[in-house]
Amino acid sequence: MSTLKKSATLSLLLLALALLLSHCRERSLPILSKTHEENGKLVYEQIPDFAFIGQDSSRVDNATFAGKAYVADFFFTSCPTICPIMTHNMLRIYDHFKDNDKLLLLSHTIDPKRDSVARLRQYAENLGVRPDKWHFVTGNKDSLYEIADDYFNIVIEDPTLPTGFDHSGRIVLVDPNRHIRAYCQGTDSLAVKAFIKDIEILLDEF
Amino acid sequence: MSSNHNIALTFLVLLILLSGCGGQSFQQGQILYQNFCANCHMDDGTGLAGNIPPLVGSSLVRTQQERIPCIIRYGQEGPIEVNGQVFNNPMAAIPQLSDIEITNIINYINHSWGNDFGYVKFEAVREALKRCEK
Ligand code: HEC
Repeated sequence: MSTLKKSATLSLLLLALALLLSHCRERSLPILSKTHEENGKLVYEQIPDFAFIGQDSSRVDNATFAGKAYVADFFFTSCPTICPIMTHNMLRIYDHFKDNDKLLLLSHTIDPKRDSVARLRQYAENLGVRPDKWHFVTGNKDSLYEIADDYFNIVIEDPTLPTGFDHSGRIVLVDPNRHIRAYCQGTDSLAVKAFIKDIEILLDEF
Repeated sequence: MSSNHNIALTFLVLLILLSGCGGQSFQQGQILYQNFCANCHMDDGTGLAGNIPPLVGSSLVRTQQERIPCIIRYGQEGPIEVNGQVFNNPMAAIPQLSDIEITNIINYINHSWGNDFGYVKFEAVREALKRCEK
């Protein structure tokens, strides 16, 4: 009788633990950034230093995002393939978190030759978004292409394509410690819906 | 009572037939739309806020049908007004679509997402394309 009681208590305890753990996992996003070892310790790599120019001609760098989370993507204004859908989905994210100061948006052009500051400003104004909330940046081409890699995006200039570029359409979530915490395929509207939930979880953290 | 039933049944059969019909004849148009237009104008024809004009409920599509084949084949540059809003982003030409394929796309657009802009004939599309030939 008492062993039965004991094992019942034990299994109840286990159940409670399992519930707690699963709850925990839902409440916090993993760190997805690449790692390396430093003095025998595992270190998560951060988004490196950068400095670009935003649509209102101001400098946009890491300090712009200090103490905030942000979502980042790569696009160009004359893109005939995946970008309009990605931008459409970025706009959904913008609308969802319009009044939440903890989140900013950052779109990098991969076509700095054609996407001047003026052109990016026009594009952003057409979308009707605030320049201090959603930054559209241009800058040195090599810097833009290099940092794409740090955001889990691949950008290749390919003259054989009619548009001249090939790029993957990931939207990436970065936390205030410059670590990547979630990403999704920017063309997949269901994935973006789940991604918005991920953002909410992160914003609850700080 | 039973004659009422019969009428209802006949209507139902007709409705099913008609809807089947519509689905069939715009099927190629739909596939082509998905492949050549949906990237920019979106699956539901709404476009992209401020930058790419909508096709659903578009005043231009409704009133300037003869212009659409030319926009598709030769592209469109410069300011263009849709539903009172001015858009000004270039749309690249899509020269690989045949006259028939363009007809099918337009008919798909004319009958989708609540659009009811009528049926455009192949002859009319061919004439329009001749007039804007470059
Ligand atoms: C690369 C993106 C892109 C693609 C692909 C594209 N369009 Fe467009 N379309 C545009 C833009 C941008 C405009 C506005 C042009 C302007 O501002 O002068 C436009 C304008 C139009 C217009 C006139 C304005 C309106 O919305 O009523 C029609 C009709 C149209 N497109 C139909 C099509 C059809 C049909 C296809 C596919 C065969 C297609 N487009 C493919 C970007 C695109």
